[in-house]
Amino acid sequence: MDVIESHIDTSSKEFKENYAHYEKLVKDLKAKIAEASKGGEERIKLHKSRGKMLARERIEALLDPDTPFMEFNPLAAYDMYDNKAPAAGIITGIGIIHGREVVVIANDATVTGGTYYPMTVKKHLRAQEIAMENNLPCIYLVDSGGAFLPMQDEVFPDREHFGRIFYNQAKMSSMGIPQIAVVMGSCTAGGAYVPAMSDETIIVKGTGTIFLGGPPLVKAATGEEVTAEELGGADVHCRESGVADHYAHNDMEAIQIARNIVENLNRPEKTQLDVKKPEEPLYDIKEIYGVISKDPRKPFEVREIIARLVDGSKFHEFKALYGTTLVCGFARIMGYPVGILANNGVLFSESALKGTHFIEICCQRKIPLVFLQNITGFMVGKKYEAGGIAKDGAKMVSAVTTANVPKFTVIIGGSFGAGNYGMCGRAYQPRQLWMWPNARISVMGGEQAANVLLTVKKDQLWRKGKTLTKEEEKAIIEPILKKYEREGSPYYSTARIWDDGVIDPADTRMVLGLGISAALNAPIPKWKPTMYRM
Amino acid sequence: MFKKILIANRGEIAIRVIHACKEMGIETVAVYSKVDEKAPHVNLADESVNLGDPTPSESYLNIGKIIEAAEKKGAEAIHPGYGFLAENPDFAQACRDSGLKFIGPDARVIALMGDKIKAKKTMEKAGVPIIPGYHGLKQDTKILVKEGKKIGFPLLVKAVAGGGGKGMKIVHSEENLEESIESAKREAKSSFGNDMVFLERYLDKPRHIEFQILADEHGNIIHLFERECSIQRRHQKIIEETPSPVMTKDLRKEMGEAAVKAAEAVGYTNAGTIEFMVDGNLNYYFMEMNTRLQVEHPITEMTTGVDIVKRQIKIAAGKELDLTQKDVHQRGHALECRIYAEDPAHGFLPSVGVLEKVEMPLGPNIRNDAGIETGLEITPYYDPMLAKLIVGGENREESINKMIWALSRYVILGVTTNIPFLKRVLKHEAFRRGNITTHFIDTYFKDWGEQQKGLPLDAIIGLAIYNALHPKREEVVRYKEPDPHSPWKHTGRWRIGV
Repeated sequence: MDVIESHIDTSSKEFKENYAHYEKLVKDLKAKIAEASKGGEERIKLHKSRGKMLARERIEALLDPDTPFMEFNPLAAYDMYDNKAPAAGIITGIGIIHGREVVVIANDATVTGGTYYPMTVKKHLRAQEIAMENNLPCIYLVDSGGAFLPMQDEVFPDREHFGRIFYNQAKMSSMGIPQIAVVMGSCTAGGAYVPAMSDETIIVKGTGTIFLGGPPLVKAATGEEVTAEELGGADVHCRESGVADHYAHNDMEAIQIARNIVENLNRPEKTQLDVKKPEEPLYDIKEIYGVISKDPRKPFEVREIIARLVDGSKFHEFKALYGTTLVCGFARIMGYPVGILANNGVLFSESALKGTHFIEICCQRKIPLVFLQNITGFMVGKKYEAGGIAKDGAKMVSAVTTANVPKFTVIIGGSFGAGNYGMCGRAYQPRQLWMWPNARISVMGGEQAANVLLTVKKDQLWRKGKTLTKEEEKAIIEPILKKYEREGSPYYSTARIWDDGVIDPADTRMVLGLGISAALNAPIPKWKPTMYRM
Repeated sequence: MFKKILIANRGEIAIRVIHACKEMGIETVAVYSKVDEKAPHVNLADESVNLGDPTPSESYLNIGKIIEAAEKKGAEAIHPGYGFLAENPDFAQACRDSGLKFIGPDARVIALMGDKIKAKKTMEKAGVPIIPGYHGLKQDTKILVKEGKKIGFPLLVKAVAGGGGKGMKIVHSEENLEESIESAKREAKSSFGNDMVFLERYLDKPRHIEFQILADEHGNIIHLFERECSIQRRHQKIIEETPSPVMTKDLRKEMGEAAVKAAEAVGYTNAGTIEFMVDGNLNYYFMEMNTRLQVEHPITEMTTGVDIVKRQIKIAAGKELDLTQKDVHQRGHALECRIYAEDPAHGFLPSVGVLEKVEMPLGPNIRNDAGIETGLEITPYYDPMLAKLIVGGENREESINKMIWALSRYVILGVTTNIPFLKRVLKHEAFRRGNITTHFIDTYFKDWGEQQKGLPLDAIIGLAIYNALHPKREEVVRYKEPDPHSPWKHTGRWRIGV
């Protein structure tokens, strides 16, 4: 394969300025993650005094030592709920146990007793979705008081609310995806269904309890006075009710039992790709910091990014001379073959057709797809509409939708408008979607939105025979720009789980490699293309 | 014509002679030592006589036993082949005394040519050029030093009774002269019991070119052109060819006439070879005469069509040569490689053992003169030459290519052979250009052994055969790892955003 030759001058002033600017973005990201990882700091002492391990400690002990843990949405609920729910009170991610990938979902009881805020539910459901798509066993480390009652209307009733958790458990179990619960705290009311719906359940004596109604509710309803342990402790469920299967004396023992369960799952063999020995890129991945301009409006050459992400910086480009605003080609990431689609400008009909063709090739060859999104949208104007850009864009969206291979999306710049769809945005179910700290996401750019709204307003006034002063114009534009600035931020996005996390660009190879490896747990189905409007 | 001939030799040359006899309808008697009981030459002959102990002096060199065997079997003539008793005047005389025809020249001629000094003097008298030198009887070191200075340098000091490089010194300047003469004398004394030496000009870019002659007992002498035998290791020829790449028509005529003259001068009969040294300026000097059949005679047979062994027998039987010089012509080019059981990578050390497999190349103009077959044991008692491979082509390039091809088809398992070495020599650019001297091996292949370290080819082939015959079971059910480079397992601890 040919090696991408970089034309970046790493000793130039511009590069150094860009680099310094981006370094700050990454530092800021890491500080935010570190802060959120602390959980409910003030409740840690109390939690530990009950002999319980912290959620992160439990995950560390559960996974194989010295192996990665790919955490999802560490910044969920960031800047939401008065910042009272760091990481939305739940930790999710993929790790390995006895060498096989599993999804871990762990409640953090130091955050409002592990109760479910709307984003907690969303994060839990997203982790289950990842398990389902990638055929990964689920380990629930349960320690939760159930729904966060003050927000019950955003947690309980809808399709993608609390009830969906148990629906997913039953669904996955029926698909042969093992469901394992470790009860290490309360499982009250609806929460009781997590262990009850699992294939195998462990409960910790003294701290783990499972019941539909807790002692206060029992007293109120029947006048009966019982302790939580008497009502739903390890002895009741392991010896009498049969709600739990394994009895542990403490968290550590429970985790050991969980590892033993995974050891005996008899998981099917992974899907095989034509893998090669991984190679580092020829150029330092951190040089991406200097490639991306500190001015977000200034475009950058996407091949410079690809050169720093792929094995040996080797890239076999497809249709290099056609539809040049979309770069397509084959490469390897951590030894795995991938087909890469990367934006290098606005999408034209040709770019969309080329993208469609390339996605089809990868589907035929069963090569995972990687989308590097930096897109302002499809080209607009009379000429392009007449040229059928809508139907060509639709072809690309169709191809992305029906692709049978694992898809991975990284938003490396802008993600605006229909370009988001064609480049496998969240709605197109990439196995994972990551954002870089410089990324922006919204239906269109803030300035475009402001101008559109201003034009509409002006037209309305013009019909009434009125015009706007400069000040009045500014008064319309400013709040729109502000709104788009706030809502387009990657942190606004990740807080709402529109992505799976904001990452340091230097971690991109790792998350893609881990993601592809995990994706191989599911077979690649036969490709069934859709109808294209010709 | 003889009815029965005894062949006083072994190996490929005994077989060669037996074949000639069989073609002529002559019965053959082979002799053999105990270790050669199953050798092919014994099986091939009509009758055979066991000479006993394998020590050469007790078998193939034992004149009494051989004469007795010939008498017992009623042989009329003895063919000595080459080596062993072939150039022993006592043997020739003993044959004559017992009424047996010795297939070769008179004992007198053998004795004369066996004495290097007398031989050169005779040739000088006959007008054959000889290398400037001192061949006097005065062996006082002082006189030798004086004579040496007269001849000039580089100078060769060589034992009169010598051979095989023993008692031989090359002197490059005056200061080492006295010391070298004394050292050569000491070596000659201990090796041959005779400390007489002669001095000669040492030749620059020397080539060894010899002429084959045939002389009948009626005074007819012809030559069968030259053979170039410059490729030698330790003064032992390994590759011979004819015609010589440096020979010109005129030089050939001149040297051929000199060879005939030399034979005439001593009243030579039967087949013989006059060896010349030819220097870089194509000056030629008589070296010595070999009063026997040469190892490399097949290349002359291949280019002239003359069967030298049959001619030897006819001449010995008193027949007159029915060939004149005008009747013989050289056609094309022929090469011979001597295949030895020896290890060129380790100082050409002889290699012994049972030949597990022998397969010789066959094809147009490929001739195998061999004394080996599968199952034969190679013992340390005799010369390690196993066989000769001779090829002919329309020109030199063709015969070189044919030889390389034929050598690559040659299979000998069980002992180490020089076949790979021969191929390397043939492929060498200098050889291909015909740019060869007697120093060729020393010049280009001095460190060859060092370069050949590593697993011997035989071992690799053996392993390949073993593996083919014994497929490894566990490989058939080998566990397949679908995700061998999984970053989950090869990264170590890793956390997002840390």
